Parts: sequence; C-alpha cells; structure tokens
Amino acid sequence: MRVAELMVAALLMGLSGYFMLHATALPIGWEPGAGPGGGAFPFWLSLIMLAAVGGVFLRQFAGLLADRGSSRPFVTRAALRDLLFVGLSLVATIALIHVVGAYVAIPLFLLFYLRVMGNRGWRLTATLALVTPVVVFFFFEVALKILLPKGITEPLFIPLYTLLF
Amino acid sequence: MDVLQHLADGFAISLLPLNLGVLILGVTVGLFIGAMPGLGSVNGVAILLPITFLVPPASAIIFLAAIYYGAMYGGAISSILLGIPGASTAVATTFDGRPLAQKGQAGLALIAAAVGSFVGGTVSVVLFTLFAAPLADVALAFGPAEEFALVLLAFTTFLALGGDDVLKTVIMIVLGLVLSTVGLDLISGQPRLIFGDLPGFYSGISFLVLAIGLYGVGEILWTIEQTRHKPQVMPAHIRFSDLVAGFRALKSSVMAMASGSLLGYFVGMLPAAGATPASLMAYGVAKSTSRRPEEFGKGAVEGVVAPETANNAASTGSLLPMLTLGIPGSPTTALLLGGMVMWGLMPGPMLFIEQPEFVWGLISSLYTANVFAVVINLALIPLFVWSLRMPLPVLCALVLVLCIVGGYTPNQKMHDVWLIAAFGIAGYVLRKLDYPLAPLVLALVLGPLMEKSLRQALIAAQGDVTTFIERPISGTFIAIALLLFLLPLIRKLRHLPLFKRAAASSGSSA
Repeated sequence: MRVAELMVAALLMGLSGYFMLHATALPIGWEPGAGPGGGAFPFWLSLIMLAAVGGVFLRQFAGLLADRGSSRPFVTRAALRDLLFVGLSLVATIALIHVVGAYVAIPLFLLFYLRVMGNRGWRLTATLALVTPVVVFFFFEVALKILLPKGITEPLFIPLYTLLF
Repeated sequence: MDVLQHLADGFAISLLPLNLGVLILGVTVGLFIGAMPGLGSVNGVAILLPITFLVPPASAIIFLAAIYYGAMYGGAISSILLGIPGASTAVATTFDGRPLAQKGQAGLALIAAAVGSFVGGTVSVVLFTLFAAPLADVALAFGPAEEFALVLLAFTTFLALGGDDVLKTVIMIVLGLVLSTVGLDLISGQPRLIFGDLPGFYSGISFLVLAIGLYGVGEILWTIEQTRHKPQVMPAHIRFSDLVAGFRALKSSVMAMASGSLLGYFVGMLPAAGATPASLMAYGVAKSTSRRPEEFGKGAVEGVVAPETANNAASTGSLLPMLTLGIPGSPTTALLLGGMVMWGLMPGPMLFIEQPEFVWGLISSLYTANVFAVVINLALIPLFVWSLRMPLPVLCALVLVLCIVGGYTPNQKMHDVWLIAAFGIAGYVLRKLDYPLAPLVLALVLGPLMEKSLRQALIAAQGDVTTFIERPISGTFIAIALLLFLLPLIRKLRHLPLFKRAAASSGSSA
C-alpha cells in the first residue's frame, strides 16, 4: 500500500511538473491591465498540485521509515490477476477496433470475457456475442446515423448500407 | 401565483407523449441501475448520456434526471435484499434494511424505502419549485467576479465538509482544473498542454470522457476487486395485505420522513456533501430522536425510511444550484450540467429567462418522475429481485462494451476511447488510495467557467485584484470560502470530531 502511495505520488509530481513546463508556452505572468496570461491558470495551479502531492509523498515516506514491513498489499494476488485480465482485454479490444473494426472486436471481447474470465456457458456467451453487435448496429448506425470504426471490415458493410440508407 | 402558472406550463411540456415516454423509461432504467451493485446514478448517467442524442435536448435531460431519480429509489433494493448497497447513497439503508430482510420482512422494508423515497422526493421538489425562481433572480446580478467567488466557494466545501484527506482533495481539485485547461486558450486562442501536439487534445478533454472512464471502467474494476464473494439474495414477496401493513407501520416514521426531507434537501445543495452524507446524517438524526433508539440496527422501519427520504431529497437539492447558478451540487448533476452545455443550454439564471419552457418542463417532470418511480418500484419488485441474480461478469462485460461504444459516439474519435481506458485505470488506482474522485469531475466541469470568470473579472477591473473583495456579494463568498478553507486546519488544531462519517470507505459517488 505504502509503495503504491509513493509511486502514485511520484507519478503525480511528475505530471504536475510536466504541466508546468508546458504551461510556460503561453505567458504565465501578469499582463498589465489584463490580469494573468494564457498559461498562468494551469501553471500556478500545477504548482499548488506539486506542493500538495509533495506533502502526501513526504507523509508516506515518513510513514515508511516508521513502520517497515507492516504494510498490507495494494491488492491481493487473485484480485490482481482478475484486474489485469480485464484491463488487458479492454486495451486489446480498443486496439483491435483500429484494425478489424468494432463489429469484430466487440464480439471477440464478449466471447473472451464471458467464456474465459466469467466462466459462463457457451449458450449465454454465444447469444450475447451475436446479439450485442446487432443491437449496437441498429441503434447507432441505423437510428442515430453514427458510424462506428470498421477497420479492414469496411467493405463488408457496403451492401448493408445500400440496403438500409 | 406566478410559480403555479409556470408549473402548469411546465406540465404541458413534460406530459407530452415523448417526454412522458422517456421519463417512464428513465425511471425504470434508473431503478435497475440503482439496484445493481456497482452501478449508481452517476455511473448510469455517465454511461447512458451519449445515447440520449437520439431525442431533443429537453427530453434528453428529462430522461437523465429520471435515471437520477430512479437510481435513488433503486439503491435501496439491493441494500435490503443483498445487504450490499446498490449505490453509495444507499449505504445507510443497509443498517436496518438488511436486518429487516433477515427477519423475513423484506417486503415491509422495500415498501418503507419506496414510500420514504417518494416523500423525500416530493417534499424536496416542492421546496425546489419555491426556491428556484427567487434564487435565479438573485443570481442575475452576478458578474464574473461573483461567478469566480462562487466556484471557489464550491471547491472549498470539499475541503471543509468532504471528509476526505485534505491534501488529496486539493490535488484532485487542482488536477481537474488543470485538465480543463487542455486545448485552446479561450482568450488568446492558442493551444495549451496538448501533450506533444496530439491533435485529439486540441478540442480539450470532454467531461464525458473523464466521467465514463472514472465511473464506467473504473467502477467495473473496483466492483471486480470488491465482490469476490457471492452475496445471498433474500426472498421478498409482496401481497396486498403487506402493502396495507406497510403503510400502517409507516405512521411512526412521519418524524423521520420530515427531518430526512429537510436535511437531505439542504445538505444536497452543498457540492461536497450530496446524497451519501445526507442519508447518513438523517439516519443519525432519526436514531437520536426516535422513541425506540435501541431498535436501530436490528431492523427499525424508521432506520430505512430516514436515509431513503434523505437521499432522494438530496438529489433534488443538488439540482437547485446546478440549474439556478450553474454550480452542480453532486457529481451526477455535474454530468447533467455537462450534458446541457453540450446541447447548448447553459445552466444559470439566464436559463430561466431564455428557456423557461425547458426549465419548468424539467421541474414539473420531477413531480411526475416521483409518482412513476414509486409505482414502478412497487409493481416491479419481483423483476428487480430476479435481476439481482444476473451474473456479475455479464453486467461487467456489457457495461464495458457500452463504455467503449458510448465513449466513441459523441465526437467519433478513437482518441476519446483510449482516454477512457486510461482514466478508468487511473481512477481505479486513485480511488484505491483514497483520492476523492468527485472533486476531480466537478473541477473539470467548472474549470472553464472558473478561468473565464477570473480573467474576465480582472480584465474588467483592469487587473485590479481587489475587485473580488470590494464587490459585496463576491466579497461575502470569498470570506465564506476562506472560512471553509481554514476549517480543516482549525479542526485539526482542536481535534474536534465534527463530522464522524460512518462509512468513510463508502466511495465517492453520490
């Protein structure tokens, strides 16, 4: 837990430093007669953030020195496995949407998630994996006229478009 | 009566078939969302906001407000039947709802919760109706200096009343404000903080992306980690005789309802407080004023009524500053505000003048939503009991798909979907380490207003900072803000346990 606290605090400190650095692209000082410049708001707020995160970091660091080894884990090993599973499958799905499109990636995600991670039966898994994309297609593409990304599967949809629009 | 005339006009709009239809649908969906553990009003509104593009803005807001309402009713269902709150706002309902269910009186508890919710919702809507127009009139006199001071005041309530670690609250507020500056500088028009010139950041970070990330993906990760054991569903059957018995038992809870309604409404108006602390406080008040305090925690009907009355009253209360001042009273109303801005309806006093039919249509829809929520709630209890048996993986998988698709559709950029995944994972880690998420969302929504009003006020005063103190209304706000800012310090010095939060770990969504 402590290590996680320290790591997150360090990350946030880095982030606020990054913000400050980039805020200086615009004037951060006082423009005479007009108040602060375009970069001032993010710059000075990032500075406050840096100070506050620094406070959290120091507090955790002092705690680390005081009670060595008595910290409980951030997550249990079993929970971490589940979380990694979900997180990675989500990232993989989003990446896949770029390549093969939403209508292949989402059923694949459902198949994988429900069957492997959720341990559901084939009937439920297959039903959801088939019904969801159909519902999504009719709701977004047909009713709302919002086209989801299709990647290399785009040509397969052309007959459908001509049929529906 | 001016108000009654407005309200009548409002009903003429909210009772149109389309609006009534979306209202009933919204209440039902909200009840379901509230009942499912892991999903609350804020998650429901975040995930479903993108799909409301199908209907006109007024209907969309009525739909979202109905979800908000329904979720407040629905939260009690799993608190009572599963013993785990369906939403953080229903934590206090578990204290007595679960013991009642274990005694075989789940039906009575559900009726008490539904009726309490109805009373709390209705009383607070009446208060809302009376206060809205006068408050909007006062707010008409606000200039940029007052707006800035008010936003500042909203943030300091988190420090004084939020009950979270002060440093971490400051970090989250400031992070939200800085993230809100990503994109084009609104005065000079130059790009800022665009992360190595990624084109996706030029249009800024949408509040919707942050909300879907935190409350959609992040919440699912949180739920997956927390629910590693299978809770047991308590049976609940409701016959007509149960209904009669239920209403008879409620006679003793009139006081709990009255105090819950008032407490909930006023606590709900504060940005940092909201429905969760309001319901906990109402529970405490009901216990201390009850004639039989020893029964609390063992299955007292009043212990179910009080928090349920308060959380519904609070949800209406939090709508008041959002609609009249443009300052949301809770994360969910922050999302409603963001949605309204997206549809070109800028909440604030001008809305009452420019779009009266929208404002009063929304207010009148709250009355209707209450009636439908209590009826649908009682009628569909068997369905909700059944739906609580839905396997968690199915719910998680479908919500994640909705996050991906719903995150993509508003701007049709894959960039947003990646951001949602990143915010989801970051949000989970931050929440795990007790960083409060509500101030982050509110800061992102209010950030542009805060910066704009600060710079406008200073330009108007030709760079003279004293303008914030010299204007009486703005000066008062700043003084209160300063007081609230110093309060945690004073409390720390004197070790006063002013705000004992019974469930500090109950999460930040309210």
